[in-house]
Amino acid sequence: MEQANSEYIDQLSGDNVEFRKKIIEILKRELPEEVGTYFDQIQNKNYLLAAESVHKLKHKISILGLNKSYYIAEQFEDNLKVNSTELLSDFDVIIKIMQDFVGKL
Amino acid sequence: MNCIIIDDEEMARAIIAQMVTDHKDLTLAQEFSNAMQAIKYLNQHEVDLIFLDIHMPDFTGFDFIQTIKNPPKVILVTSDKNFAIEAFEYECIVDYLVKPITAERFEKAVQKATSAQISSSSPKGTNTIAEDNANEFYVNIDRRLIKIEFNTVTIVEAKGDYIHIKTEAKNYIVHSTLKKIEDKLPKDLFLKVHRSFIINTKKIIDIEDNSVLIAKDVIPVSRSNRPELMKRLNLL
Repeated sequence: MEQANSEYIDQLSGDNVEFRKKIIEILKRELPEEVGTYFDQIQNKNYLLAAESVHKLKHKISILGLNKSYYIAEQFEDNLKVNSTELLSDFDVIIKIMQDFVGKL
Repeated sequence: MNCIIIDDEEMARAIIAQMVTDHKDLTLAQEFSNAMQAIKYLNQHEVDLIFLDIHMPDFTGFDFIQTIKNPPKVILVTSDKNFAIEAFEYECIVDYLVKPITAERFEKAVQKATSAQISSSSPKGTNTIAEDNANEFYVNIDRRLIKIEFNTVTIVEAKGDYIHIKTEAKNYIVHSTLKKIEDKLPKDLFLKVHRSFIINTKKIIDIEDNSVLIAKDVIPVSRSNRPELMKRLNLL
């Protein structure tokens, strides 16, 4: 299973401790909001909107260094656009990996 | 260059804002979480560069570009690689950044925007300072003579064969020399404080040993020019 990492955040922040703190704060606040919206849309079978949410989450997936997961998310986004939920369980795993990692930051 | 950021994702705005703040040639004027707010802002303010997300609720980046008249230079920022071809159908789009943005890629995009601004500011390589009178002077940009009032200019910086004229509202890159503009600017208002900088002395916020703060810019002061600068101040 792919593991999240903070390499991008570390590289981006460099010595700027304040900026690093800000990025992590945003991540901790924005990720649950985006995930919550996504789950609501899936529950309501609003797959086109769910695709938009997956699209938005892709940025955070890449920020957390989940390169393989990014491609799964990309395929899942395309599936949702045609009302298919194939890869849904794989995407749930990606969300869980992100939530666990961000929770420990 | 004066720039704005339009992105519905706070994380993306924070990352770009930090990169803009860290860049010596960029000034962050404002950031927006939706395109409509930005359109209202652009009706009242001029900007040189927009960092624009494509995927936004209600109004996409492309909708935004089609809505505004005379769009400034745009760097698209997106998580989607599939829009690259469409992006370059718009003359105003100078580059296309895929998230997550790296510092190196950001720098490259800004360089492209700067080059695009320079080329659009200097048609036919003509001398761009066209005319002057008591309160203003004109620069030739995009085959238009743009009036700049002396009292709005904060800094003029020499950049190779060009000068960068910063005003309160907008910045201009003009093919000219510092000497040429120095001759046009009123002597009571402007002072050359460094071989690469002329400042509007009325816009000084504070002075340290070897530098002056004007708006958000720290301008170096040469040792030889410091006495004249000190003479100009109404020192208590």
